[in-house]
Amino acid sequence: MAIMNIREAIVSTLHAEMERDSDIILLGEDVVGGNGTAGGPEAIGGIWGTSPGLWEKFGPERVIDTPISESAIIGAAAGAALAGKRPVAELMFADFVGVSLDQIWNQMAKFRYMFGGKTKCPAVVRLVYGAGMSTAAQHSQSVYAMLTAMPGLKVVLPTTPADAKGLLTEALRGDDPVMYFEHKTLYGVKGEVPEGDYRQRFGEARVVREGGDVTVIACGRMVSFSEKAADKLAADGIGMDLLDLRTTSPLDEDAILESVEQTGRLVVVDETPPRCSLAADICAMVAQRAFSSLKAPPQMVTAPHSPIPFARNLERAWVPSPQKVEEAVRRVLAFR
Amino acid sequence: MQFNRDELLGAYRRMKVIREFEERLHEEIKTGEIAGFTHLYAGQEAVAVGICDQLTVEDMIVSTHRGHGHCIAKGCDVKGMMKEIFGRAGGLCKGRGGSMHIADLDVGMLGANGIVGGGAPQAVGAAIAARIDGKGRVGIAFSGDGACNQGTTFEAMNLAVVTKVPAIFVFENNHYSEHTGDAYAVGTNKDIASRAEGFGMKAWRANGCDFFETYTAFAELLEYVRAGNGPAAIELDTERYYGHFEGDPQRYRGKGEIDRIRAERDCLKAFRAKVVGAALLTDDDLDKVDAEVIAQIEEAVAEARADELPDPATVADDVYVEYY
Ligand SMILES: Cc1ncc(C[n+]2csc(CCOP(=O)(O)OP(=O)(O)O)c2C)c(N)n1
Ligand SMILES: [Mg+2]
Repeated sequence: MAIMNIREAIVSTLHAEMERDSDIILLGEDVVGGNGTAGGPEAIGGIWGTSPGLWEKFGPERVIDTPISESAIIGAAAGAALAGKRPVAELMFADFVGVSLDQIWNQMAKFRYMFGGKTKCPAVVRLVYGAGMSTAAQHSQSVYAMLTAMPGLKVVLPTTPADAKGLLTEALRGDDPVMYFEHKTLYGVKGEVPEGDYRQRFGEARVVREGGDVTVIACGRMVSFSEKAADKLAADGIGMDLLDLRTTSPLDEDAILESVEQTGRLVVVDETPPRCSLAADICAMVAQRAFSSLKAPPQMVTAPHSPIPFARNLERAWVPSPQKVEEAVRRVLAFR
Repeated sequence: MQFNRDELLGAYRRMKVIREFEERLHEEIKTGEIAGFTHLYAGQEAVAVGICDQLTVEDMIVSTHRGHGHCIAKGCDVKGMMKEIFGRAGGLCKGRGGSMHIADLDVGMLGANGIVGGGAPQAVGAAIAARIDGKGRVGIAFSGDGACNQGTTFEAMNLAVVTKVPAIFVFENNHYSEHTGDAYAVGTNKDIASRAEGFGMKAWRANGCDFFETYTAFAELLEYVRAGNGPAAIELDTERYYGHFEGDPQRYRGKGEIDRIRAERDCLKAFRAKVVGAALLTDDDLDKVDAEVIAQIEEAVAEARADELPDPATVADDVYVEYY
């Protein structure tokens, strides 16, 4: 086991996997950095520092700096995947999915099905997402719900360095298009990472806490917020089952249902507005499949139905907080 | 081009306001008080002012993530902008938008944009509206050398050409898109104007670090577009003095590059040299403007700092128009 942060886990996994499989290529804006300048390339290795050293080691045919052209980046990844490569395409901000949506939604997600199961599109799109840095309405969104809703895509959201490695490795060894979400506030999160070949299966939620009184479902940054709430609640003797979904497509329905069947109380925490959200989806699934186990109406802790504001205090008001999670848990427990 | 004394003093003042605004932000950001991404326009002032000085309040511009200069040149309230960047309730967008999303429709500033390439199609839309309104207004898109590689920019150019609307594409080539150089990322041999020509537009090229050269070239272009000849483009060769965003270590810059562009390609210095050399204004005239602008920005910062924070209870206001 090595101790590293999520950024380092991503970088080392990319190095190891590109070493192992010469079909893996990387493309995106400034993933090399410094091309065409006097300072020269390999100056940064991505503005998030997630690709240093790759261009030096694997060269310009496999590590490609692109102009600002997200449609072409994702479309080229889709085409390269059809042509037998395993592209990793980076969207510097997940919000730019808006610029490239056709290539994801109408193209890579549907190839296999439309072509009668004859093709594979093993592309990985890395999307840097999430609020918390005052990057305002067009650079902070958590767009995983809409991609989760799209048949054909797999959606993963690591929250620990071990999962960052395990899920990225799994994505690169699999044959489906994978949306790999990196929360911009979690890159520095440290933890143990298994050495060598380490894969984390999709569709297996991580049990973060076992407490038995209430089930809390979260992903991304909301996992650590829910842990904070769990600490507060534990002081009052309230035990939380906390599940980190790890992947939203496929979704570990069994783990969710198993916990709710025991606790009878559900809170889902989601860093997006509520309409058609992951939280709404999970509440609906539980209402349909575990209705008789429920002792209280499921609660959603989400952002309001608005874009993401810039000012620090407004952004804090927008993002679900540990306190809101705690309040929601107390609400479902108080329900009679 | 002939300029009277007031026009010269006004142009210099506006460029100086932009420079001082940005240089002051560069300092203020170090205190940690300003959140988010701030992209400074310093170095490119002659472009914004050389162009916007010829527009009326009715003309409409769309801007970029590096929009402070466009905003100031088009007439946005400087204090309101500063408050916005400080995330205050009195900001031009109530602290909801921040540096990347400043807009003031009342002065024809349709918005800065966090999405590179997001603006150009909107300028074509503004031009479609302008033609219908028949008042001779134009729609202008400011785009960088990075934005010129975005499909939206290409689509906008072609749409403008086929509809023959009064749209103007201003390409500010500061030679970098984030860390990447135009020599790498712009395939047409670093020449952006030729792309506009390829779409069938007349295009101009000028030194964007010189107010007079920018102004003169744009004057010709504007006359051409206002006369109903359809869209046109201009590429301006300019420089960005600071990093892509504040905090950028700028390892992609060549050795001594910033010192060189500050020494050789400073639009304020060039302006001063020309007007003082031609005895149109004196150093004292310009020094007086400098002092006034420094005081103006000082006051804007003090007022921004003293302004209230937005009320968190309003976080989900302004999403829709209120009807009842
Ligand atoms: C669609 C989109 N892609 C990428 C980015 C990230 N980004 C912001 S500014 C920028 C560079 C823009 O370069 P250019 O158009 O030359 O403008 P400049 O920064 O030089 O003013 C990039 C890549 C973005 N904001 N939007
Ligand atoms: Mg540029």
